[in-house]
Amino acid sequence: MTQENRLTGGQIDRTTRLRFQFDGKSYDGHPGDTLASALLANNVRLMGRSFKYHRPRGPLTAGSEEPNAIVALRSGDRQEPNTRATTAELYDGLVARSQNRWPRLAFDMMAINDGLSDFLTAGFYYKTFMWPAAFWERLYEPLIRKAAGLGSLSMQDDPDVYDKGFLHCELLIIGAGPSGLMAALTAGRAGKRVILADEDFRMGGRLNAETFEIGDETGAAWAEATVAELASLPNVRLMPRTTVIGAFDHGIFGAVERVSDHLAVPAPGKPRQILWRIYAKQSVLCAGATERPIAFDNNDRPGIMLASALRAYVNRYAATPARRVAIFTSTDDGHRTACDLQAKGVTIAAVIDTRTDLAFNHDYRVIRGGQVIDTQGRLGLTFITVRLPNGETQVVECGALGVSGGWNPNVHLTCHQRERPVWDDTLAAFVPGETLPVGMTVAGAANGAFSTHGALAAGQEAAITALQISDPQPALPWAEDAPVTQTPFWYVEGCSRAWLDQQNDVTVKDVKLSHQEGFRSVEHLKRYTTLGMATDQGKTSNMGGLAIMAELAGKAIPEVGTTMYRPPYTPTSIGVLAGRMRGKAFHPTRLTPSHQWAKERGAVFVEVGNRLRAQWFPIKGETHWRQSVDREVLATRRSVGVCDCTTLGKIDVQGTDAATFLNFVYCNGFAKLAVGKTRYGLMLREDGMAMDDGTAARLADDHFVVTTTTANAVKVYQHMEFVRQCLVPDMDVQLISTTEAWAQYAVAGPNSRKLLQKIVDPEFDISNDAFPFMACANITVCGGLRARLFRISFSGELAFEVAVPTRYGDALMRRLMRDGKEFDVTPYGTEALGVMRIEKGHAAGNELNGTTTALTLGMERMVSKAKDSIGSTLSERPGLNESDGLRAVGIKPTDPAQKITAGGHLMNATGPVDAAHDQGYVTSAAHSPTLGSMIGLAFLKAGNTRHGEKMRLVSPLTDLSVEVEITSPHFIDPEGERLRA
Amino acid sequence: MHDLQPFNALAGRVPLRADIGTVTLHETPNVALASVAARLGQETACNTALRDLLGTDLPGPGKAALGDSFDALWTGPDQWMICAPYATHEDLADIVKTRLGPSASVTEQSDAWVCLDLIGPGVNAVMERLCNLDIHMMEMGDATRTTIDHLGCLVVRRTPMNGFRILGPRSSAECLFHAIRTAMRSAL
Repeated sequence: MTQENRLTGGQIDRTTRLRFQFDGKSYDGHPGDTLASALLANNVRLMGRSFKYHRPRGPLTAGSEEPNAIVALRSGDRQEPNTRATTAELYDGLVARSQNRWPRLAFDMMAINDGLSDFLTAGFYYKTFMWPAAFWERLYEPLIRKAAGLGSLSMQDDPDVYDKGFLHCELLIIGAGPSGLMAALTAGRAGKRVILADEDFRMGGRLNAETFEIGDETGAAWAEATVAELASLPNVRLMPRTTVIGAFDHGIFGAVERVSDHLAVPAPGKPRQILWRIYAKQSVLCAGATERPIAFDNNDRPGIMLASALRAYVNRYAATPARRVAIFTSTDDGHRTACDLQAKGVTIAAVIDTRTDLAFNHDYRVIRGGQVIDTQGRLGLTFITVRLPNGETQVVECGALGVSGGWNPNVHLTCHQRERPVWDDTLAAFVPGETLPVGMTVAGAANGAFSTHGALAAGQEAAITALQISDPQPALPWAEDAPVTQTPFWYVEGCSRAWLDQQNDVTVKDVKLSHQEGFRSVEHLKRYTTLGMATDQGKTSNMGGLAIMAELAGKAIPEVGTTMYRPPYTPTSIGVLAGRMRGKAFHPTRLTPSHQWAKERGAVFVEVGNRLRAQWFPIKGETHWRQSVDREVLATRRSVGVCDCTTLGKIDVQGTDAATFLNFVYCNGFAKLAVGKTRYGLMLREDGMAMDDGTAARLADDHFVVTTTTANAVKVYQHMEFVRQCLVPDMDVQLISTTEAWAQYAVAGPNSRKLLQKIVDPEFDISNDAFPFMACANITVCGGLRARLFRISFSGELAFEVAVPTRYGDALMRRLMRDGKEFDVTPYGTEALGVMRIEKGHAAGNELNGTTTALTLGMERMVSKAKDSIGSTLSERPGLNESDGLRAVGIKPTDPAQKITAGGHLMNATGPVDAAHDQGYVTSAAHSPTLGSMIGLAFLKAGNTRHGEKMRLVSPLTDLSVEVEITSPHFIDPEGERLRA
Repeated sequence: MHDLQPFNALAGRVPLRADIGTVTLHETPNVALASVAARLGQETACNTALRDLLGTDLPGPGKAALGDSFDALWTGPDQWMICAPYATHEDLADIVKTRLGPSASVTEQSDAWVCLDLIGPGVNAVMERLCNLDIHMMEMGDATRTTIDHLGCLVVRRTPMNGFRILGPRSSAECLFHAIRTAMRSAL
């Protein structure tokens, strides 16, 4: 296929041909093209269908503000919907498909909507799909979503990866047009750390699209030379293909770098995109301006585009949408466009200028005071109808129409922190307000300085001011400095189906309807008509809508105001926001010191927060987890079991006030704990609720090791640091976490001492007399390795916990297994651990659930009244101490074969089963191999007085109703004889 | 002498290593660590004793003192992490405690951390993808706490150019190593 609309010149590399496909058809383009420019060069103007009416559409712009030319890029699992053809950089093998049409772009059945436009006006959905209500979710919404909407997802996993990164600079320059380049040059030459980011793959901004000269070269050549100089400066970082998407607090910006979007497939290991967080001491916004269209009937046909886009296609890409082009303008830019096109050999059918007082004299036809009132051409523009000042109409043949209604500064990033732009009467446009994000200045067209000289000067000045550069500056190169006045001309009188928002199919008529129906606030207008929504966020449409609303309301435009500008500036893929944090990498995994050994042993692991813990260790012949767990429990209670309990939090507490400190954070007494002893402790929150439990071992007068539950390890440490720094700063106490530093194993069961005696070095006597229940000591094991031994028990058996430096954890576990063979030592996992603690009636996370108190847990006597401690006073609140409040109990089914479940609720033996008669709930349940039935822990109203009572355990959601007996929560060895053995 | 075989943080007897482009990432198990926190009212005594031990001035916020035998990293007001070769200083906490006496609380931290060294031209580009430190401005002797891949880490520039030491939580060593290696592939 020949590129029949390819012109001469431009910034494309004609020596290389790129093959690409659009809707299954192959075309040629060149490096430097976008998908849109290459399609136009191939005489393809029709690129999409509109959102609601499925009207044929072509590109309106040549940039990221594009509402129409939205395609699905790439195929298979890399298919990306809603990609702008105007920014998609062409590469060899690019595949794109048009969207929102069926069966094909040129013949779209859904275009029937266009004929129904009288019904499908603003608010149509809200008015029509009201009844019956149940149909909305099941029928109406899916139907509407299918008929309307833009692209669709591939529904496959994205095979590519995305990175995040962090950059710092003294000056961030957003936009590499004339002002941005000049700012970068000024700051770069002064040796400052500069980042220059631009969304385009070629820096230069409008300089690449215009024929203006700077000094004695073209603007594009000046831009190229300037970029080359900047690239040679080590203190300047050039970031093309990088869109600054948001201005956040304290000079932090979000920027998306499209690393591989211009490649068919990213290089191995390389990301598709990177989300950079840029910390900038100062920033200059040089985001340029967006040309605004004029609304007239049928102004949306393929071939009708902004005049600035026409110049960009012709000058930069050497591509024209047609060989015969008309211009409709209210500004001088229209004439500039005509001259540029003519110079490239494009025929100018006419320039229709809304103004009558023109002094221009050109060698093309000018219709002064004319207005385009209608157009023709179903799939592409063929004719326009022009109303002359005398009221006559005239038809002009043309394949493209450039429209110019003035320019709007791109103020978006100045408003990301709720600042509002201000109205400039001279420009008839909003410009940045006085309050800007911290450290930001605005330069060039974004600030309303529309001339090239104005942009260069403002860029230089912004850099000098922001960085307080005192070096003398070379004179600016010469550039045009035409005065700019913009006469507002928003729409042609008498039009109705004149498109304001081409992406969302919002017409002038819709805005009028919105006003008529009372949706007059600008935010209501947006939501009622969808003006300014979706991928382009109304960059080309919002001002038109505002202007019409202002006129209808009899207000000035600034009185109507603008909708809120929010990040991101342009559409941003969810993938880049997630970065690497997906799947397994969503959170880090923490492995225990015995992990490798447990893996070899065939352990089944469970995620406990970030931790991976062995849940049980199946052996040959076991087909069900219960078999493994029952065996582990019974073996431990019969002889000896070993469990990795490294995950429990360990906090080193030192200082002369360490005991006083612990006495304050625990509700029970710690001041008088003897050296070499461990004590169970309960921490309360300030409000008197139970926070966490654990043990504190006193290794020296001024040294404790506190343990916490696995889940609360970090929270308790934070809490203790807060107490230390803020509540008792005059105490001499120092804290540091040692959770990771020690591998700690529970060795439990009647033979645990015998096993440990083989490992603990003989000089340490661990007999019951020398090392009784709750003893602790620094010891050595295996011939001299430093270790810690605690005689504490979670299982209810004679038990110890032994800790060694983590690097020896693997070896110690293997040693325990080897030396324990004669006792039939059994490793047990978290399930068996849970079963044994329920049998023993020990509270865990299920019971310490944030709603329980020491009293609820049956530990009220632990709350010492002989001292002050956190939560002690508020635990006395009457509401927490009612005699019929919840109390911990045990439950077991009267029929041992029956099942009980955690989460079930307790009801009286007779009477209604409903929330009003709820008596309590089950927190933990397990099958006890020791007792031969399921057992559970529960909180029951006045439960301490109801042992022996028969109740019903119900779970209406799972149809459970079981008769249970209320018992003491301590099913096994309530007197504690075993653990003292 | 005990007969237990140590296991590195990265689950092996041989330190793990990755070479990508010009940059090398390797596990450095030969690092003993001890935390020091001055006791209340003993700050001057602690500082003096610690300075004697290190033979250099104590580092302030964001800084490390890099010595022949010992490194000291600032970790908080009157708090430091002392580093020394593990092979010769396995009992580092005892050594430090003996020198500082009642002026400081000292805690063994050797096995709470995995120590990774990232070295070679291009290392800054890798670090940019990992943490929000102003990597390019970090000079030799700068040390800062930061987050890498959700993990709280200490980052130290131990060489004038192209070299960082990263101390991260030991139980997540595999994830940390993976994150850094991924960034190396991505950036180099």
